[in-house]
Amino acid sequence: MSGGYAAIPESALPATTRRRFLTGGALIMGFMFSRAARAFDSEPNLAAAGALDAQGRGFAGFVPSGFIRIGDDGRIILVMPSVEMGQGIYTAEAMLIAEELEIGLDQAEVVASPPDSMAYIQSILKSQVTGGSTSIRAFWTPLRQAGAAARSMLVDAAAAQWGVRPEECAADRAVVSHAASGRSLPYAALAAAAARRPVPQNIGVKPVSQFKLIGRPLKRVDTPAKVNGSARFGIDVAIPGLRTAALLMCPTIGGRLRALDDSVTRQAPGVIDVLRLEDAVAVVGEHYWAAKKGVDLLKAEWVHGPGAHLSSPTLENMLLHADAEPTPGVLTGSPEQVMARAPHRLEAIYDLPYLAHATLEPINTTVHVRPDGCDIWVGTQVPLTARKVAAEITGLPPETIMVRNHLIGGGFGRRLAVDTIEQAVRFARQVDYPLKIIWSREQDIQHDHFRPAYHDRIAAGLGPDGLPVAWTHRTTCSTVRPYYDRKPWPLGTLDKDAIAGASELPYAIPAMRVDWVRQDGPVALNWWRGVGETHNVFVVESFVDELARSVDRDPVEYRRAMLAHNPRSRAVLDHAAKAAGWGDPLPPRTGRGISLHDSFGSYAALVVEVSVDPHGEVRLRRAVAAVDCGIAINPDSVAAQIQGGVIFGLSAALFNGITFADGRVEQSNFHDYRQLRFNEAPAVEVHVMPSEENPGGLGEVGTVSAAPALCNAIFAATGVRVRRLPIDRTELAEKGSDNMVAGIATAATIGVGTLVAGATLHSRAKESDR
Amino acid sequence: MRKLIINGVSMTFDAPDDMPLLWALRELAGLTGTKFGCGIGQCGACTVHVGGQPVRSCILPISEVAGEVTTIEAIGESDVGRRVQEAWLALEVIQCGYCQSGQIMAASALLARETAPDDAMIDAAMAGNICRCGTYPRIRAAIKAATR
Repeated sequence: MSGGYAAIPESALPATTRRRFLTGGALIMGFMFSRAARAFDSEPNLAAAGALDAQGRGFAGFVPSGFIRIGDDGRIILVMPSVEMGQGIYTAEAMLIAEELEIGLDQAEVVASPPDSMAYIQSILKSQVTGGSTSIRAFWTPLRQAGAAARSMLVDAAAAQWGVRPEECAADRAVVSHAASGRSLPYAALAAAAARRPVPQNIGVKPVSQFKLIGRPLKRVDTPAKVNGSARFGIDVAIPGLRTAALLMCPTIGGRLRALDDSVTRQAPGVIDVLRLEDAVAVVGEHYWAAKKGVDLLKAEWVHGPGAHLSSPTLENMLLHADAEPTPGVLTGSPEQVMARAPHRLEAIYDLPYLAHATLEPINTTVHVRPDGCDIWVGTQVPLTARKVAAEITGLPPETIMVRNHLIGGGFGRRLAVDTIEQAVRFARQVDYPLKIIWSREQDIQHDHFRPAYHDRIAAGLGPDGLPVAWTHRTTCSTVRPYYDRKPWPLGTLDKDAIAGASELPYAIPAMRVDWVRQDGPVALNWWRGVGETHNVFVVESFVDELARSVDRDPVEYRRAMLAHNPRSRAVLDHAAKAAGWGDPLPPRTGRGISLHDSFGSYAALVVEVSVDPHGEVRLRRAVAAVDCGIAINPDSVAAQIQGGVIFGLSAALFNGITFADGRVEQSNFHDYRQLRFNEAPAVEVHVMPSEENPGGLGEVGTVSAAPALCNAIFAATGVRVRRLPIDRTELAEKGSDNMVAGIATAATIGVGTLVAGATLHSRAKESDR
Repeated sequence: MRKLIINGVSMTFDAPDDMPLLWALRELAGLTGTKFGCGIGQCGACTVHVGGQPVRSCILPISEVAGEVTTIEAIGESDVGRRVQEAWLALEVIQCGYCQSGQIMAASALLARETAPDDAMIDAAMAGNICRCGTYPRIRAAIKAATR
């Protein structure tokens, strides 16, 4: 075996980050960065941090809860219930604890939580899970209480030692002091004594007026390590004895391996083993490249199974002709009767595609199955479920299964599914070494569990003033629930996600019916950023625009007229419209569109401004958002999440849909699953409304706003109503234009990293104040 | 056996000639800061410098590397690289961070050859780097901040 592979053991990565390079064995001092990178400058030594189990067994120090460890050596470790996937949650959750614990963020290390059946369960989703924009809402109180409880125990310990009353003591920056006598003690000196005290059960927390950290745009705790390559994602894991595998997977849904000739593969240089599952083959190599080349040499025959001839027209027909009895969602008044009598009626059909998640970090899982236990290194949004499925597959007791969670290079819901972890465990239990499975980008797209496709029929009856007096919205789709729950979803039971964003509108509409026609299909499904709201708010907000236009009313004014009872929605609507200069004149083929929603506990309005060239190519000129998320833990993070979420949503609306032909997903990589590029992205201005209401969710809010605002802007610019995503830009071409074909060819080249100069660039002249 | 200079250090790689530089860096040299995103040069996550020029290491075989290689782990040793990293942190560009090694390498290469690039130059230099988290506007602002 040629000595091409060097593994870096955890023990060789102390806090100052040295790396062993392969140069005939010499130890080379690697790059040492100057700014302290808390927590992620190397794979954190979770055992020493007392974070391999919620009770902190083995940790020398104070463990008042699953969230906090304070060592006798002064080390302060905050254990995060949610996983960091870019949304800034490590920083926000650390701020919640630190506020009450009376420490600075710079004084603590942040680590991922291990799976635990109790300690990190969140109240909204009832599991240990990061998703649904729930983290802050779920942990707003528990983390502050945990910090407050720990602080009070430290203060009590100091007071007892000094023989004074705790009320006379103050805590600040990890030091307890007694002003009257001038004494102080750092938390390190108090850890052992605090550990002997009972944990207070009912502890008060600071009023908003006393916040020192919460509400300030503090710098994130994870970003320093992300500028110098030292941050470790799941794909970067390196442990002694690790082997890496590339896969061959059945290209059709429900297919199985019939025959495999791996004789050439096994002879290939660097190939160590070939492992099989029913529907996939893993080639294990000394390194990924050897494994990948080994995969290319496999000769496999598949029994393609029920999905052999799957095609998008078939799938769409299934939705179009679904005849299941509708499952009731919401019913107020008698909408059909009122609609029949209404002076003016409108109806429309909207269609949305399957979507892949396309996280930039492709699926990867590292698993080591041993007779006495199992270790998993991965980035997952559901560490407890990951442990559960590993236990099921290996037969090992859950407490012997360690899931080491990592920074995630994009979640968007992909990592709520555990199919990829199940697969990795099934491969890894066939060998005795740690095995890292890396999916190719093609596999990551084609074997994704997709956002469902939707077919919506929406109708409204308008009263004499043009406002809706009756409203019906029927959505036809499958349900993510059986995939996420890993058990059947009973027929006739409402999946609330199917009508989320459709059933509770910001607007006052007196008679309303929203229901769901369930149409299951063969495509595996998963939550996608914005979940049901991304689908329904697109339909609702596009349709509200259609209604406004049908009675010749301004889209902002029309919405405002239905918000008398909803001041928070009204406020963001007005603020966004004003900030965007709504109503100011625009050149031809240029328009503004607005969307409004309240979802995940937050209120958001977004104005998107576009120009559409004669070929139909859409230029995103700018976007302006107003968001009321209650108390903003970190206002800069709020702005970043909205900016990022909007761009994420715009990209999908413009370019993405997963299609099937002959049983196979037609898209495979970023050349045909196009992503919005740097030169195409608009500036996104975000106004965060001041509020002292409890915090709302944030991660998905921008994405929900994006597509409807965009399509409303396209209508304003061109008069063309988009009712189907992704936007068919050929439909937007100027009537009578001969340049349609050339325009598309020009557009297609933008994605390959070379820039087409001249007319296809839009002006950035107005964005210098971003 | 192939000898390459990575971040100023001479390294010998016992690897096939067609192994992309990306995998040689990540798995043989243990430099995991450079990321795998697509394998076909479309996403830019694998961007490193060869002779100071930005290249997509996922499609560059080690046999074709002609010049010294600089990766994200060492870019901060240059003045431009350090200013780019500081601007990235000052403006809090980063969300998930997976694309950012490539973004920083692309931006550093640009600023090493253009001291005050305009928007069109920045567009051209950065259009090959995908960010799924939508940090593009902050990247633009950080590049401009790093020029001052």
